[in-house]
Amino acid sequence: MCLAVPMKVIEIDGPIAQVEESGVRREARVDLIDGVKVGDYVIVHAGVAIDRLDPEEAEKTLRLFEEMLGRTQDGRS
Amino acid sequence: MEGLNELKSPNLIRQLAEQLKHMVAPPAALMEVCGTHTVAIARYGLREALPEGVRLISGPGCPVCVTPQDQIDLFIALGSVENVTLATFGDMVRVPGTTKSLEQARAEGADVLVVYSPMDAVEAAARRPKQEVVFFGIGFETTAPAVAVAMLEAERRGIGNFSVLCAHKLIPPAMAALLDSDVKVDGFICPGHVSVIIGSDAYRPVADRGKPCVVTGFEPADVLGAVRMLLEQLAQGRSEVECEYARAVRPAGNPMAQELLARVFRAADARWRGLGTIPGSGYELSSGFAGFDAARKFDIDPPRSEEPAGCRCGDVLRGAIDPPECPLFGEACVPRAPVGSCMVSTEGACQAWYRYRRAE
Repeated sequence: MCLAVPMKVIEIDGPIAQVEESGVRREARVDLIDGVKVGDYVIVHAGVAIDRLDPEEAEKTLRLFEEMLGRTQDGRS
Repeated sequence: MEGLNELKSPNLIRQLAEQLKHMVAPPAALMEVCGTHTVAIARYGLREALPEGVRLISGPGCPVCVTPQDQIDLFIALGSVENVTLATFGDMVRVPGTTKSLEQARAEGADVLVVYSPMDAVEAAARRPKQEVVFFGIGFETTAPAVAVAMLEAERRGIGNFSVLCAHKLIPPAMAALLDSDVKVDGFICPGHVSVIIGSDAYRPVADRGKPCVVTGFEPADVLGAVRMLLEQLAQGRSEVECEYARAVRPAGNPMAQELLARVFRAADARWRGLGTIPGSGYELSSGFAGFDAARKFDIDPPRSEEPAGCRCGDVLRGAIDPPECPLFGEACVPRAPVGSCMVSTEGACQAWYRYRRAE
């Protein structure tokens, strides 16, 4: 039930946005996000966008994994 | 979003799993406190990537499962009030109450509406002004803001025939209660979407009690990464809050959502299936929103509630046993004929273990 899906904002009309993922379009309330813009990625749960997704942070997590894979357990590379 | 797609790369997942499997780690029991993590762990067979001596145990992270029997019975009983429509998330429909489920109540004539969003329940109330629409407000900090948005919308539009039976639960107090119990947990995989709202700092009191916490996302790579981060903390004698899911979670969470929650709800003691009453672990409606409280609006006698005989859902929810240790699991209790809520909900630990069980 806490399933929440990253979706892209396509259109905004007041507190309601059209969001899309893999060709599926939905309506989502955007009351909880300050200054939401078309093109933002948001996390949608039960019809409400609960926050933005930050693409830069996704990249950082990837780099964290690469670092994990490239070093031994005690931190030496 | 490029980074997101790369996180799903099978090659990355395989490498992370392989490395984790061969990690020299202290024996540890790590608890996930989110039903969506429970499903990811079972679905992708992530237990097979654990090093020797490391266990993953499911905690009270399935909102449908932790809703106590008496609140389910009360909601079902509201369905017998004249002109009442019960609106609920779909997961709740087949959960057995003491005498019947919502599905059975519907077969007997109750008007049960399954909604994707609490906003849909408000719209149903707007369309049917002579009907009283009662929404079952279950779920954690992730879901409560959506219910708050729905109540504000109903208030703004003067929709007086919408109300909420409020049974929301809060995760950090439940984690604290687990630490006071006899269940041995060495670290927590913290829920990703609850944390979007409350922020990763909310787990500091748990980490301060010597239990490392890692907030993580829902891709297999996220969960594997979180397990590794927890084991590193334990190996190094650290107990901190770390966030692997920074693409969605900030240390202080979503302030607009928190403001809304503080306006519509106030913290109250709450009963959990399996965990009993935990101080300050739930929400009730604040005085300004008391008019939306279904428990006040419909003054009905609460029905007599009993747990299903033999069901050990409560022990599963506090991590005291794994689902297969329940004598009913997979025999008397299966997803198509469930005895307990943990086998009904798609996020329940019993259903996840059953659905993705490995051939022996």
